[in-house]
Amino acid sequence: MRGPLLFKDIDTPGLKGIARYRELGGYEALAQTMGHSTPEACIDVVKASGLRGRGGAGFPTGLKWSFVPKQSPKPRYIVCNADESEPGTFKDRELMEKNPHLLIEGMILAGYAIGSHVGYIYLRGEFEYIQRILDAAIAEARQAGLLGDSVFGSGYAFELHTHLGAGAYICGEETALLSSLEGYRGQPRLKPPFPAVEGLYACPTVVNNVETLMAVPPILKHGAAWYRQWGNEKSPGTKVFSVSGPVKRPGNYEVALGTSMKVLIDDLCGGMRDGLELKAIIPGGSSVPMLPASDLDTPLDYESMNAKGTFLGSGGVIVIDDQTCIVDALYNITRFYAHESCGKCTPCREGTFWLSEIFERLLSGKGRMEDIDLLGDIADNILGKSFCALGDAAAMPIQGALKHFRHEFEHLVTHQRSLVNRRKAELAEVRA
Amino acid sequence: MSHAPVMPTEAAPRLEWPAALLPEVEAALARYPVKRSAVLPALWLAQRQWGWLSPSALQLVARTVELPEPEVFGIATFYTMFNLQPVGRYHLQVCMTLSCSLMGADRLFKHLEKRLGIGHGQTTPDGRFTLRKVDALLERLR
Ligand SMILES: Cc1cc2nc3c(=O)[nH]c(=O)nc-3n(C[C@H](O)[C@H](O)[C@H](O)COP(=O)(O)O)c2cc1C
Repeated sequence: MRGPLLFKDIDTPGLKGIARYRELGGYEALAQTMGHSTPEACIDVVKASGLRGRGGAGFPTGLKWSFVPKQSPKPRYIVCNADESEPGTFKDRELMEKNPHLLIEGMILAGYAIGSHVGYIYLRGEFEYIQRILDAAIAEARQAGLLGDSVFGSGYAFELHTHLGAGAYICGEETALLSSLEGYRGQPRLKPPFPAVEGLYACPTVVNNVETLMAVPPILKHGAAWYRQWGNEKSPGTKVFSVSGPVKRPGNYEVALGTSMKVLIDDLCGGMRDGLELKAIIPGGSSVPMLPASDLDTPLDYESMNAKGTFLGSGGVIVIDDQTCIVDALYNITRFYAHESCGKCTPCREGTFWLSEIFERLLSGKGRMEDIDLLGDIADNILGKSFCALGDAAAMPIQGALKHFRHEFEHLVTHQRSLVNRRKAELAEVRA
Repeated sequence: MSHAPVMPTEAAPRLEWPAALLPEVEAALARYPVKRSAVLPALWLAQRQWGWLSPSALQLVARTVELPEPEVFGIATFYTMFNLQPVGRYHLQVCMTLSCSLMGADRLFKHLEKRLGIGHGQTTPDGRFTLRKVDALLERLR
């Protein structure tokens, strides 16, 4: 068993098929709900469960659903964010490829709760094979009368479609995702209006992450109190963490929120690979500030991470070893954001470019001491100044690294080379 | 922002969907309340059919979703997975994200460059391999 809830049955052979899914209790939440509970009652249970969005921001899910206007002449939409583009995150992928029906059940229930009759699952372009898995599962569900004109014979109509992106990190941001789904270039829109009021085709829309939606069926089936057996008051439930980097057993692990990073990295992942020591941890995908190894005891929950100046984010835990140059690692992250900036807002477009240039100067041994402060300055000037948080995602990791590892930047300037740089040394060994 | 090639201005030969693909084209159009939303599905169908998005294919997609050609071109260039140039039979894409870089992706890429004699975005003269650096493929490189 690789986790208490979403990962409990994940490796069961045949789980992809509707028969095995139902044997394990699948679609029971839907049967219990349709024709028996009101949409308001569903929203209340999800609110009481304390479920927070697993896409990165941790926004309370029930509250988000309650923002959808009850009386609206326009259609409403439920959209699943399956773009999973945050570097270091690979949980939605495993959840969907192994348990597609749980997502379908979650989508129908969320759709019912907000009064939506059509849902879209927006998959990143690389997930074409997952689209095939989901389409097959959707066809099975339709055949079984769980999708279509009358879900479970309740008279409530619901249709579900998959939509494939084509390679653009920004399309994970919810307003950019909606632009892309409408058939425009995937560029973000100014909020407000929030999607709950004016989203897809300017209609009320809820966008939720895959993992968020998958938590909904068990919550509606067993109740809010049951879900709260895991985690703590403000961060209830379980969360899937994707661990990458030089640990012995990288992979996805589902744990109760509030579990310490030490348990995840040392116990579940077996600690560092031989010969390497832990130097830093990026706890929530490449957009969040890193923590030094001395913070290994920090609990993995929203509040504890905020108290340390970072975020739980998407749960993409990137482990950095003592032989890796922090400046080099940061450069890798920064050039990613520079490439993925959609170009719409000046602070992000220009700022990420200049950050990248300064990193190149530092790493080529031509950096000046002022460059270090300049990095911080540019980061300050990107933060909070664009339509979406992509720029923030580039700026925050730099602020984190300067706070904890400034000495590595300084060493690079005074000695014209990194304190350590395993990557560079390994590159030098490549033969033709 | 991705690559920004220049929109072809010469007239391209007219292309039609093969009959076998028509049901999929129709299904894509039927999934959304507006035709425009089918632009990505239509671009994917074209790329899967012909391997890349030629000017003729872009025009076909534009006709299908009833958008002006330059707009379809602008959409296609926004996304990195659409090939606006032909690619080799094997499209080698190496994920360079930090997680992969920590586990040796740079070394792997350099090795491929040396073995194939081509760099990022290039295709071997025999048309067999195209090499590209990409991000966040979500593979745990072991
Ligand atoms: C640049 C950027 C990229 C994002 N990428 C993703 C993503 O890949 N998957 C995701 O679920 N949310 C992503 N988000 C967050 C979404 O905007 C949105 O908050 C989320 O889908 C809401 O779902 P939730 O409330 O269930 O977490 C991203 C945000 C930003 C600013």
